[in-house]
Amino acid sequence: MENLANIQVIQNMVYIISSVMFILGIKMLGKEATAVKGNYLSALAMFCAVAITCLSLEIDVKIILAGVLLGGLIGSLIAIKVKMTAIPEMVALFNGFGGLATFLIAWSQFNEPDNSLFQHALIMLTIYIGGITFSGSLIAYGKLSEKLKLGKGSMITNVFISFFYISMPALIYVVVEPSLSGFIPQVPSYFSIFLVLTLMAGIGFVMPIGGGDMPVVISLLNSLSGIAAAFAGLLLLNNVLIVAGSLVGASGLILTIIMAKAMNRTITNILFVGYASSGQAASSEEQGEVKPITSDDAYLILENASSVLVVPGYGMAVAQAQHVVREMGELLEENGTEVKYGIHPVAGRMPGHMNVLLAEANVSYDLLAEPDDVNPSMDTIDVAIVIGANDVVNPSATEEEGSPIYGMPIIEVHNAKTVFVLKRSMSSGFAGVQNPLFFRENTRMLFGDAKESIGQIVAEFKD
Amino acid sequence: MEMYVLLGFVLLLSIFLGLELISKVPSTLHTPLMSGANAISGIALVGALMLSSTGQMQDILAFGAILFASINVFGGYLVTNRMLSMFKKK
Repeated sequence: MENLANIQVIQNMVYIISSVMFILGIKMLGKEATAVKGNYLSALAMFCAVAITCLSLEIDVKIILAGVLLGGLIGSLIAIKVKMTAIPEMVALFNGFGGLATFLIAWSQFNEPDNSLFQHALIMLTIYIGGITFSGSLIAYGKLSEKLKLGKGSMITNVFISFFYISMPALIYVVVEPSLSGFIPQVPSYFSIFLVLTLMAGIGFVMPIGGGDMPVVISLLNSLSGIAAAFAGLLLLNNVLIVAGSLVGASGLILTIIMAKAMNRTITNILFVGYASSGQAASSEEQGEVKPITSDDAYLILENASSVLVVPGYGMAVAQAQHVVREMGELLEENGTEVKYGIHPVAGRMPGHMNVLLAEANVSYDLLAEPDDVNPSMDTIDVAIVIGANDVVNPSATEEEGSPIYGMPIIEVHNAKTVFVLKRSMSSGFAGVQNPLFFRENTRMLFGDAKESIGQIVAEFKD
Repeated sequence: MEMYVLLGFVLLLSIFLGLELISKVPSTLHTPLMSGANAISGIALVGALMLSSTGQMQDILAFGAILFASINVFGGYLVTNRMLSMFKKK
């Protein structure tokens, strides 16, 4: 008996050391110079915490080995095979699995005898958050990988949304059920119903949210998986779960807030309202004539430019144009042009999406600038090249009060001397708002696939 | 119950610590940070290992929890590392 107590003391001490390493690791992850080491440190913390837990096991070792080895194999394979362009959906998927693990932990705890009322409430909360994280992440995965096309307004979506709303009173019911069992009617199999309802609710939570709002949703789900782990820690009286889970919850929350700010919208607006329908966008009758341009002409202008700002968006990811963009950037630099990349925080489908793509194409990260860095000196830029971005460069956001995106911080490319917009067609962006940038005096439209268009410019440079 | 109060205190402090730690991260690192944090949420693996084994149902639940948490841990760390190794300054 004394032996067991000793083991627990050792375990708790190692948990504290692990917690410190997690804290330092996540701090180092926030700086370019130390990020790689930070990730190693946090992996080491994970290893220590897991290893020391193995000192006192109740479960059959075979089950554990099978689970860890199989899970490790699947996780590693996915991580090694995945293309860098598929990172958003991978992160969503892994996140979902973390949520599922806490969901199962809480379920297992529910089956234990003699749970106190407080433990019962914790179990239900953990199941709810873990379950929503799991099924919500799966839907996010489906949407990001474009396997799932259902969106707002469809019949099926509405059914799931109603599950989401039903799930909230259901959560209250299952939390208070044991303490008020004499006063409220008992539903015999309420627990199984609750399990299913929770998973349905996660689907209804994410399904109506559109592609451009995905950076917010992914950060939020990330945060939720941490909070679920922290609650599981409370349930199991384990301090490292609490600390690590809370850190993840907090970091996800911060990213969520940063993303929402970058869109000048509140989180509730993003989650439950969505953009106003594009109907009112017709009010901006600033239409005029667009001036198309060919790659040849674009090349001639670029050859004489002394400073170029590249502004990528989700379209660059779709066209897989990041490598030719880097090639063009290098050729321009050889030609004596100063090249920079203006990255909007919500360009793409996850926080920092464009940064990852450009890093994959070997663009040095000190060339990547945030809107606040490039906007003040925009009028000195000779050519701004907008590649598959739309809402994040829409001047309505600064000029047109009443526009659905008014107030959103943008990259003000319209102040540059010349703007090239690479675009497939004249369709409007995710927000459904017409972009007056396309009709500006200094704007030239380069229609077609971004990869091909830039490829042609690159070819001209090489001649 | 005292234990819960104490651990609740740890929970709150950790959240505040997390908020302080990450409030100023360059946008270049938003994705690796998110993916790294995602790997950390695989700490649920520790919780899964603590489960009890009192029947077939419990064993199945524990196996599932260990399996999925492991995918989260291994996949999360590897993908973060892959991503970070691409971020280079020339």
